[in-house]
Amino acid sequence: MSTARRIGDVILKVDHISLSFGGVKALTDISFDVREHEIRAIIGPNGAGKSSMLNVINGVYTPQQGSITFRGRERRDMDTYEAAAHGIARTFQNIALFSGMSVLDNIMTGRNLKIKSNFLEQAIWFGRARREEIENRRVVEEIIDFLQLQHVRKTPVARLPYGIKKRVELARALAAEPSMLLLDEPMAGMNVEEKQDMCRFVLDTNDQFGTTIVLIEHDMGVVMDISDRVVVLDYGKKIGDGTPEQVRSDPEVIKAYLGAH
Amino acid sequence: MIYREAGQFKTSYVTDAQIFPIAQDRIGIALMLLVAFVVIPRTATPYFFSAIMTPFLIYALATIGLNILTGYAGQLSLGTAAFMAVGAFASYNFMARIDGMPVLLAFILGGICAALVGIVFGLPSLRIRGFYLAASTLATQFFVVWCLTKVPWFTNNSASGVITAQQIEILGYRFDTPQSKYLLVLVIVTVMALMAKNLVRSTTGRAWMAIRDMDVAAEVIGFRIVHTKLTAFAISSFYCGVAGALYAYCYLGTVEPEAYNLDVSFRILFMVLIGGVGSILGSFLGAGFIVLIPIALSYLVHFTGLSNSVTSNLELMVFGALIIFFLIVEPHGLARLWQIGKEKLRLWPFPH
Repeated sequence: MSTARRIGDVILKVDHISLSFGGVKALTDISFDVREHEIRAIIGPNGAGKSSMLNVINGVYTPQQGSITFRGRERRDMDTYEAAAHGIARTFQNIALFSGMSVLDNIMTGRNLKIKSNFLEQAIWFGRARREEIENRRVVEEIIDFLQLQHVRKTPVARLPYGIKKRVELARALAAEPSMLLLDEPMAGMNVEEKQDMCRFVLDTNDQFGTTIVLIEHDMGVVMDISDRVVVLDYGKKIGDGTPEQVRSDPEVIKAYLGAH
Repeated sequence: MIYREAGQFKTSYVTDAQIFPIAQDRIGIALMLLVAFVVIPRTATPYFFSAIMTPFLIYALATIGLNILTGYAGQLSLGTAAFMAVGAFASYNFMARIDGMPVLLAFILGGICAALVGIVFGLPSLRIRGFYLAASTLATQFFVVWCLTKVPWFTNNSASGVITAQQIEILGYRFDTPQSKYLLVLVIVTVMALMAKNLVRSTTGRAWMAIRDMDVAAEVIGFRIVHTKLTAFAISSFYCGVAGALYAYCYLGTVEPEAYNLDVSFRILFMVLIGGVGSILGSFLGAGFIVLIPIALSYLVHFTGLSNSVTSNLELMVFGALIIFFLIVEPHGLARLWQIGKEKLRLWPFPH
């Protein structure tokens, strides 16, 4: 397992992506790549197009121009279902859990692509349907252990505090055993302790499962500490790309986002 | 007996994933089934079967159907009675036109026809939601009833449009007494309710709830929205279709379009709202409540000496008041009250 933390080849490449909503240009000619097993951060001021970028990567938005190459296959735009089926999972900036369901059921939804039984088998709860339910439950319990959610396993998510909800969302994404994980501000609105926990979970995920991580985050301390490479966006344009050290000393990035220290 | 789970340790995922994981619930369900299958058939009067128990069970089945669609999958529908009508008329036609068609198979085929109609009228849900979807399902309601009235083929060219339902005969046994019809309905409803319970606790049900709660996230996880919504429409309509066939064959004794008007759709929607949105148990509670209210009110009117014409108006007023009450005070209905009661009982008598 520990061998996983070795940065490999390019797994995702976005080329000249442009996206606009009516007259508003959200992204203009963005290109960057993500290597296997790395932690890649996307930073920039509010409205820079960071979340739009993630939405393009997993197919929620269709860009007007450009292409996405994932695992060697180039496509005009990604399809959400296909993205999920090929191992891209994500969390959302505003928590997007299924509020009417328990933590356990929420995480179980992350396993849905592994379940092959049809609704008739599930209705009689027999054979394959029952076996799959139990097998997937076992995997989900491992994730519950990993993210320390045992105590809230059967609680409806609507009753949980914010920090735990964020963790449940990560759990749901991990349940799909993704090869690439898109995290949209996983530490927003958290206190220092919760941030430390979340950082540890992100690093552990990357380390233990070898998951490639693309991360949007505003906390520069966190970004500079945990990411391998950073993309900087401003007004939908890419203004910087490189290791945290390179980005930190880039005059344009300092001017647009970081400010003088 | 005290309702609590203390000491019931689950040591495997199999036992934790049981349909009724708490021992007291299992005993409760077993007792209820015992009463329904053994005690009531031996003690009740024909009136009790035909006026209370049979309609209660049939409405409960239709309510489960609507609850799957509205409560679990979040798609509002006002066309429940239309799907029931499709089930009833399809069953009738299968039996009338095919010699030796087994009754149960005709009911199932009726349900499947309702499911197909449900898929067709569920297509708008892919584009619209909420009130606009409700309006389009309202169109289903009027269209289906109109169609059944206007096209003589569906009613087998009967002059009045009111057809006497065929005899129900299964393996040579005739279901012609209220008691035997009750038992037939009970068996079907029990089996289908358990299947619904299994569905909502497996991936199918999780998919429905996922698109109900957050459709973008559901899509990103890999649920196919089109497939999930149409499955919900199909299965929901299947339940309504079978309920509609039972309504005609075991309750009314006739097959007629007018029995499936908008009033019935609303009545079933009220059962969902009062019983509990997104709860199988709630479907039974809501159906029982609404079937019993008019009877209770008529007794009340009888004792207070008011005229009988008051009863029907009083019924409407009480319904209206109850709906408003539940929407404001307890939007999750009787099922939530029961759940809160259970949570209190777990701690009683030491609440701290």
